[in-house]
Amino acid sequence: MTASLLSIRDLRTWFYTESGVARAVDGVSFDIGSGETLGIVGESGCGKSVTALSILRLIQPPGRIESGSVIEFEGKDIVTLGDEEIRDIRGNRISMIFQEPMSALNPVFTVGDQVAEVARVHASMSRKEAWNRAVEMLALTGMPDAESRAKQYPHQLSGGMRQRVLIAMALMMKPALVIADEPTTALDVTIQAQILDLLVDLQKRIGTSILMITHDLGVIAETASRVIVMYAGEVVEEAEVDELFAKPHHPYTEGLMHSMPHIGHDQERLNVIPGTVPAPTEWPAGCRFRDRCPYSWDLCEQEHPPLYQIGSGHVSRCHLAIAPERRNSPHPPIVVEAGVAAA
Amino acid sequence: MNGTAPLVSVRNLKKEFPIRKGVLSRQVGAVKAVNDVSFDVARGETLGVVGESGCGKTTTGRAILRLIEPTSGDVRFEGRDVRAMGTSELRSLRREMQIIFQDPVSSLNPRMSVGAIIREGLTIHKLAEGAAADARVRQLLQEVGLRPEYSNRYPHEFSGGQRQRIGIARALSVEPKFIVCDEPVSALDVSVQAQVINLLEDLQRDHDLTYMFIAHDLSVVEHIADRVAVMYLGKIVELATAEDLYATPLMPYTQALLSAVPIADPKARKERIILKGDVPSPANPPSGCVFHPRCHHPAKDAACAAIVPPLEEKTPGHFAACIKQPPTTVTWEQQKEVGGVHPPERYLPLAAVHA
Repeated sequence: MTASLLSIRDLRTWFYTESGVARAVDGVSFDIGSGETLGIVGESGCGKSVTALSILRLIQPPGRIESGSVIEFEGKDIVTLGDEEIRDIRGNRISMIFQEPMSALNPVFTVGDQVAEVARVHASMSRKEAWNRAVEMLALTGMPDAESRAKQYPHQLSGGMRQRVLIAMALMMKPALVIADEPTTALDVTIQAQILDLLVDLQKRIGTSILMITHDLGVIAETASRVIVMYAGEVVEEAEVDELFAKPHHPYTEGLMHSMPHIGHDQERLNVIPGTVPAPTEWPAGCRFRDRCPYSWDLCEQEHPPLYQIGSGHVSRCHLAIAPERRNSPHPPIVVEAGVAAA
Repeated sequence: MNGTAPLVSVRNLKKEFPIRKGVLSRQVGAVKAVNDVSFDVARGETLGVVGESGCGKTTTGRAILRLIEPTSGDVRFEGRDVRAMGTSELRSLRREMQIIFQDPVSSLNPRMSVGAIIREGLTIHKLAEGAAADARVRQLLQEVGLRPEYSNRYPHEFSGGQRQRIGIARALSVEPKFIVCDEPVSALDVSVQAQVINLLEDLQRDHDLTYMFIAHDLSVVEHIADRVAVMYLGKIVELATAEDLYATPLMPYTQALLSAVPIADPKARKERIILKGDVPSPANPPSGCVFHPRCHHPAKDAACAAIVPPLEEKTPGHFAACIKQPPTTVTWEQQKEVGGVHPPERYLPLAAVHA
């Protein structure tokens, strides 16, 4: 990994809800290197999107960043910056691509105006300059006939084209980091292929880092160089992409990989991870994956596992690291959430 | 299949949605959501239907059940003409044909308890009442992997995967023969998705169910389906056994679709067919082969824009709609007459299709 661009330490973002304190992000630490694509993978409610929003300080009440730091490349801690300073970072040095392009765009302005606005706000460009720059940027994202498309409104564009508009907006200021939160989840598979291709290509040309947040291990495998797996508000595993797919260590990572059907490798029955993610207001003590895990033993209940070093650049939040022989004797999971029992 | 009559038989099914404009709401055009589709579903099989948004897969499923009235065409269930049925006949037919919806939130009435939701079908079809109905609800809950005591709870108390199980229990309650599964796992997380797929497979085995499984996820369909139909702009463009379709996709669109699926293996770097542009509007579909403007078949030419390709058997049991993929009943002479310059030739870019 090259020099660290962003350094996140012990980040905690909690939501104060009626049913209790939801510890959505609960002690997350990682670094993003300059020019790399770091993937964060996990299922709904694991805290991956809240992590992204926390980096840009976009958390709204009842949520708030409890503690921790997000140190950006110039040594400033984003968590404690003033409103003025954070606005200067957003869209300028760190930008974001959202999942649902329709709701991320303003329906009453043309897409060209919305892309141009980024440059007018952050670079104080004139209207004309900014517009030209926006058209240029749209063309760079492969928008067909960018000049006339720029004059259209979001509803006149297809889902794939809207996502290109968001990418153009995100890259307008050539930011050091782009956070892409499920950028292709709402798109069809052939359009997804176009957009992923585009992101990888633009990253090479502009040299920005990408934080790729997704639930899709396929998207991770094709874009990321390093991967973080999140579960129940925590990082449970981190490794280089090749290492993670070849040697997943955490039982959750392993379960996630095995429960996906793969084209060309048909199996009679899919492996499942039994049960469901616990509620963020009541993470279990000890290991949070314990109830669903086929290897757990008393230590997992007594002690919350730290991130063990497994190999070079590979860490895993699982006690199997100190008792590897237990992997050979799986048992039926403890929790038998109705019917999803140890089948 | 195997000489027995199909359970469901669909011929030349069409569904057009009118486009109206102006104060008088005059019809100015039509969206051809399903445009002349024919297929059979054999007893006990799972027919997968894949395609991207707007290809007509959901409309096809609903038109078979007459949840949407087809514009024209023929739908038969066990030989009975579904389109000719009156209200009461249709009601009894719905006991035999059920549907499981994609969105487990909006497809369950939030004001009804889970027990009441599942019981509704039993009451309407007079299958059970009183204590017998209660017992049946408990049994159904157990069968889909939920605790019987959940029958007093409300949908919002359940997770997405559990809600989908409730939807499945509701469909099962009337002991149907045929279930249209419309993207039943698309809204679920990967680990929960696997649980629901396994459940659907178990139920199929235990109850001799026949499924039409509609999905956009090609790997899920490969896993669950016996045969697969690929739809594009309201047409079936390829139909084959799952094995054949994934091993040797003949229609260039299917090749591109398979090629586009991201592979969860960083070592599997492969060539990729990236389609240009978007799916055209079904209100104004391209002439000839609907896929021709985006097609990457090296023999593509003016004939593709002029001739509507028939869905024809290319190898035994493997149907595809492409006049450039031999063998074809559209002769080279016919193609030349409308400007064809490249004779049909077998094109199978397998390096780009497989991992």
